[in-house]
Amino acid sequence: MSKSNFTRRGLLKTGAVSGAGLALPTIFTSAASAFTNEPTGGTVTLGFNVPQTGPYADEGLDELRAQELAVEHLNGMGDGGMLNTFSSQALEGNGILGKKVQFVTGDTQTKSDAARASAKSMIEKDGVTMINGGSSSGVAIAVQGLCQEAGIIFMAGLTHSNDTTGKDRKANGFRHFFNGYMSGAALGPVLKNAYGTDRRAYHLTADYTWGWTQQESIQASTEAIGWETVNNVLTPVGAGDFSSYITPVLNSGADVLILNHYGGDMVNSLTQAVQFGLRDAQANGKDFEIVVPLYSELMAAGAGENIKGVYGSMNWNWQLSDAGTQAFVKSFGEKYGRPPSNSAHTCYVQTLLYADAVTRAGSFNPCAVAEALEGFEFDGLGNGPTLYRAEDHQCFKDVLVMKGAENPTTEYDTLEIVEQTPVEQVMYEPNHPMFGGDEASLGECNDGA
Amino acid sequence: MDAIILQILNGLDKGSAYALIALGLTLIFGTLGVVNFAHGALFMIGAFVAVTLQRIFGLSYEEVDPDKTDFLGNPLVVDKPYVEKWFGADFGAWLIDWSVPLAIIAAIPVMLIVGFVMERGLIKHFYKRPHADQILVTFGLAIVLQELIKYFFGANPIQTGAPDAFAGSMDFGVLLGFDPNVIIYPYWRLVYFLFAALVIGGVFAFLQFTTFGMVVRAGMADRETVGLLGINIDKRFTLMFGLAAAVAGVAGVMYTPILAPNYHMGMDFLVLSFVVVVVGGMGSLPGAVAAGFLLGILQSFASMNEIKSLIPGIDQVIIYLVAILILLTRPRGLLGRAGVMED
Repeated sequence: MSKSNFTRRGLLKTGAVSGAGLALPTIFTSAASAFTNEPTGGTVTLGFNVPQTGPYADEGLDELRAQELAVEHLNGMGDGGMLNTFSSQALEGNGILGKKVQFVTGDTQTKSDAARASAKSMIEKDGVTMINGGSSSGVAIAVQGLCQEAGIIFMAGLTHSNDTTGKDRKANGFRHFFNGYMSGAALGPVLKNAYGTDRRAYHLTADYTWGWTQQESIQASTEAIGWETVNNVLTPVGAGDFSSYITPVLNSGADVLILNHYGGDMVNSLTQAVQFGLRDAQANGKDFEIVVPLYSELMAAGAGENIKGVYGSMNWNWQLSDAGTQAFVKSFGEKYGRPPSNSAHTCYVQTLLYADAVTRAGSFNPCAVAEALEGFEFDGLGNGPTLYRAEDHQCFKDVLVMKGAENPTTEYDTLEIVEQTPVEQVMYEPNHPMFGGDEASLGECNDGA
Repeated sequence: MDAIILQILNGLDKGSAYALIALGLTLIFGTLGVVNFAHGALFMIGAFVAVTLQRIFGLSYEEVDPDKTDFLGNPLVVDKPYVEKWFGADFGAWLIDWSVPLAIIAAIPVMLIVGFVMERGLIKHFYKRPHADQILVTFGLAIVLQELIKYFFGANPIQTGAPDAFAGSMDFGVLLGFDPNVIIYPYWRLVYFLFAALVIGGVFAFLQFTTFGMVVRAGMADRETVGLLGINIDKRFTLMFGLAAAVAGVAGVMYTPILAPNYHMGMDFLVLSFVVVVVGGMGSLPGAVAAGFLLGILQSFASMNEIKSLIPGIDQVIIYLVAILILLTRPRGLLGRAGVMED
């Protein structure tokens, strides 16, 4: 007859210990993962995901400069920059919620897969609570989706496609930068005044999400002022030589060429259009004109003299005279010896806006932060009164219409401000057809818990 | 008709660049048997020789303009080129304006040295290695070279304009009896085509009508026999590598007003140039040139709206489609000879 060692008391003790042992990790886990990457020590880490290699590396470098400056200001170093002019006075220069701000950087390479890989690494290895930066809509949409899945906040950098806060909007993603629709709405009346209502436009368009949505927006706004659209030709990104796309323009019956290109493509297509004599040509009894709807200072400098007199639009420019802009330009200029670009500005502002939202929410929980950003109205950050609209997480503010300067004195003033288009003129409904219509939805906020 | 002529003209300058790069590639492959994936980087380095010379001519001293202010409100510091101070305003301005054509003079020795160092320092160690090894090492070298250029010159394209004398475009259509402003062609692209024709003609003449060229051609046909005759063929082949580098370099210099140089421009041309070499026939110099122009023109035609509306995206794949077609019907390429890469 075998003898069992089990006793009632022993079984109870074993059960209690095992139960506690099994429950323990769950208790720890639930405490540790109230939300993704909850900062536990005296620091909080932000992730700056910008192109450090590839064709937009110079723009990425300028974004990094601004992000580093923002971290300095949040930690109470330097002159405080826009913290002194920001209408919200929640930030006190002692980090975020008393935690010192640190940052890590990733290289998007302006490739969606590389950008997602670097963002994933920053989330999983470095424990970042927010990702900011980038210079491409394709990248922004990809990283925004990743942040949504991971349960952290994405503060987009330079992304101008309607889709970012349109059909691809996400509850965890926020965009301060303007978009293609706003460019069209701002440019339309200016183009009407400059070139009249009887014009025929020919579009060359970068063949990806940004190009498509900008072209759609500009076509709608120019047709609204009476222009006719002759043709829209999609061009491969990075084509280099655009001559075979430009030469048909000459005999197409068009008298305006609209270049929906950005970066190096814009520099090349504009230069080649000028080389093929389009600026000096006459068509339909009028001077032939070129329009570049989205400008960047760095690219404008690259295009040299070819940009003179060409209209475009920007999110912000260092030549504005408001107090916020002046504070930022002074701070940035004294540190780096150059004025900031508009991509640098949007990344700086996004970093401050995130820190401010965390402080007002009293928590790093992304859903609390999102709630603090939704419907937030602020001023003093360079664009005048601004609204972070709750329905699509898009900032609404004035838009700048720019023109290539006739007599620039340095490489930094190759563009001049023509008009500060009031925000009312560039507003649209959250369910606008160009932004995904009624089907577009932010979805549910994800805190990763 | 005018659209067809325009696309032929567009194809000629694009084809000129392909032909010049492919010519160098074929020279290297034909002589040394090396598949050189760093050849596009040589084209890019040539372009940056022009950028460098433009910057050297543009070296400036600072002068304060008390009437203007900079972005921080301080008196504006204006850059004044030294060349205008040293050589007078007119000649100094002329030097800056003509920096691209003048860069050819600088590019030839620079590229010969770059080619020599590349061949002696790295590539000669891979002569007897499989082609896969050669491709890997030269591709790696290309990446190193482009990252070096990016480190010194940044990632953005750098405008490097043609001299003012060649600015603007000519009304080519009027010469052919068309109405004015129907066929417009920039002067510099015409210059590029003529320059390419001159360089290609020069290389062929050098190989055809000089003793050196004759030895090289003999070496390309039968390296061992030429060696047995007591001729140091390796030394000549090294010089041919330098010559191929110089051809790619001057092609890059002259292309800068057409395409603002950036650090990855070589890589953009490399793949297409390899297709050109394969279509032309590995090791065939006339084949490389013919295929360069042929594919350049076909690519231009494929970009026409009428063609793209029939077959969307054809402009992106036309070169590869033609390559497949030619390799299926003529496996050695257009003018390829037997025995090359067939062992």
